[in-house]
Amino acid sequence: MNQQARLSCPHLVAPDGHSLQLVGSRCTRCGEIYFPSCHACTRCSHTLFEVHPLGASGILWSWTVQGFLPKSPYNSGETEATFKPYGVGYVEMPSGIKIESRLIADDIRRLQIGMPMQLTLENYRTDEQGQIWSTFAFCAVLENSDAQ
Amino acid sequence: MRNDVAIIGVGMHQFGRTEGVSGLEQGAVAVRNALLDAGLTWQQVGVAYGGSQDAGNADALTNLLGLTGLPFVNVANGCATGGSALASVIAAIQSGMADIGVAVGFDKHPRGAFNPQPSQWGLEDWYGETGLMLTTQFFALKTQRYMHDHGLSEDALIRSAQRAFRNGSINPQAWRQRELSYEEIANSAPVSLPLRKFMFCNPGEGGAALVLCKSADAHRYTSKPIIVKAAALRSRYHGSFEVFSPSLVADAAQSPTVTASKAAYEAAGVGPSDIDVIQLQDTDSGSELIHIAENGFCEHGEQNHLLRHGQTDIGGRLPVNTDGGCLANGEPVGASGLRQVIEICRQLRQEAGRRQVPGQPKLGYTHVYGAPGVSSVTILQR
Repeated sequence: MNQQARLSCPHLVAPDGHSLQLVGSRCTRCGEIYFPSCHACTRCSHTLFEVHPLGASGILWSWTVQGFLPKSPYNSGETEATFKPYGVGYVEMPSGIKIESRLIADDIRRLQIGMPMQLTLENYRTDEQGQIWSTFAFCAVLENSDAQ
Repeated sequence: MRNDVAIIGVGMHQFGRTEGVSGLEQGAVAVRNALLDAGLTWQQVGVAYGGSQDAGNADALTNLLGLTGLPFVNVANGCATGGSALASVIAAIQSGMADIGVAVGFDKHPRGAFNPQPSQWGLEDWYGETGLMLTTQFFALKTQRYMHDHGLSEDALIRSAQRAFRNGSINPQAWRQRELSYEEIANSAPVSLPLRKFMFCNPGEGGAALVLCKSADAHRYTSKPIIVKAAALRSRYHGSFEVFSPSLVADAAQSPTVTASKAAYEAAGVGPSDIDVIQLQDTDSGSELIHIAENGFCEHGEQNHLLRHGQTDIGGRLPVNTDGGCLANGEPVGASGLRQVIEICRQLRQEAGRRQVPGQPKLGYTHVYGAPGVSSVTILQR
């Protein structure tokens, strides 16, 4: 079980020293920041963009718990019997953009708006060939935990 | 009276689940009932606009109603399909294109939550595959943030659902006609917290249709015409918080509901305090409560008080969703907005039976909001 997990969305993250950060894009005319990267500004209608790193930490802006097994295209491979509810929310990054993400916490029913959140990777799927797939996620940072 | 257009006929096919009857057939039943109500035949209709999300092309209705050569336009505008069809018929009649117009919506959705495909929304596959592409999540996330910002209580969410099912229980055409207790709603399964099972509407089936003409001609067909004082449609803005958003830009903008509402009040020359009976989009209880404020009927945060004191009940100061709304009627997307208009027509015509709002209501209001970020508002007058 020590095989490497494959990332379902490799273009959304980039190395930042020894860890990862999210990557979006920035309109070269009005400066609006987007995630995922795009090529059409919905504010000023410009079409030239530059890569823009978004960082790896933010604060929780809103949250919910996905309480039932989503239909396709969700592909975790779970069944109604094995499904585990997961957290979903928006995390506000330092630039002000809010990123929608799966959320990880010891008790996802006790998440709170304003909590500090840290980017991580979450294994969410094992396919028919046994390949493990991961996606980006944000993990609640406990106030008294040591920084990594 | 300038260039006003009137609703002279309303018709529905029962909402809910009707095995063995296609969505298209349900749309045809709705049109036939609306024509019967107006005392007209399909051969007299000069223009039609209609749509469904999952039940086929509306212009195929001509195969069931009659191939008369009329211009029939298919409308595909998400949750605002009905509202868009209505606004289009009004514009067609005002322009002189036709004397009699029909707006129709119908649908037949599979059971359970919708399962949209990312590519159809301009999104990448990972968004759906990793479990982020659910409408229910969006409504929960919007409600959760609103509760935080404006102190909206869980009590108000429960009372809103309770009122919907109470009104549905006295509406013989509602899908859900069983009244639910406060505890039953409060303890129902968490679908997407803070929203629970009985706080969400279900995709369903049904049909709804309207027949319209110039106000000046309306008394030829009915003694109770309903004048459309305003029909406003708006789509989302840069910064609106909408469904299926992998991110939200730094600065928030208002919802299209706010601007559609303002445009409708301005066109009708009235304000929220003039309205006697109200239909608001209640995809879920949280949405309905947000919409009470976004449409100008209360301040943000005032909803707790309104709900606790029964002010949105049929006998209250602001009667909301008197037919039970989407919670009790389900949401066949194409038909849902026109159902709202029909309920207001019935209220203004004093034909709402046990759910009739007292005091002879004169002005009614309808509001649809949904994917992909569209709002449609009408103001109707007896």
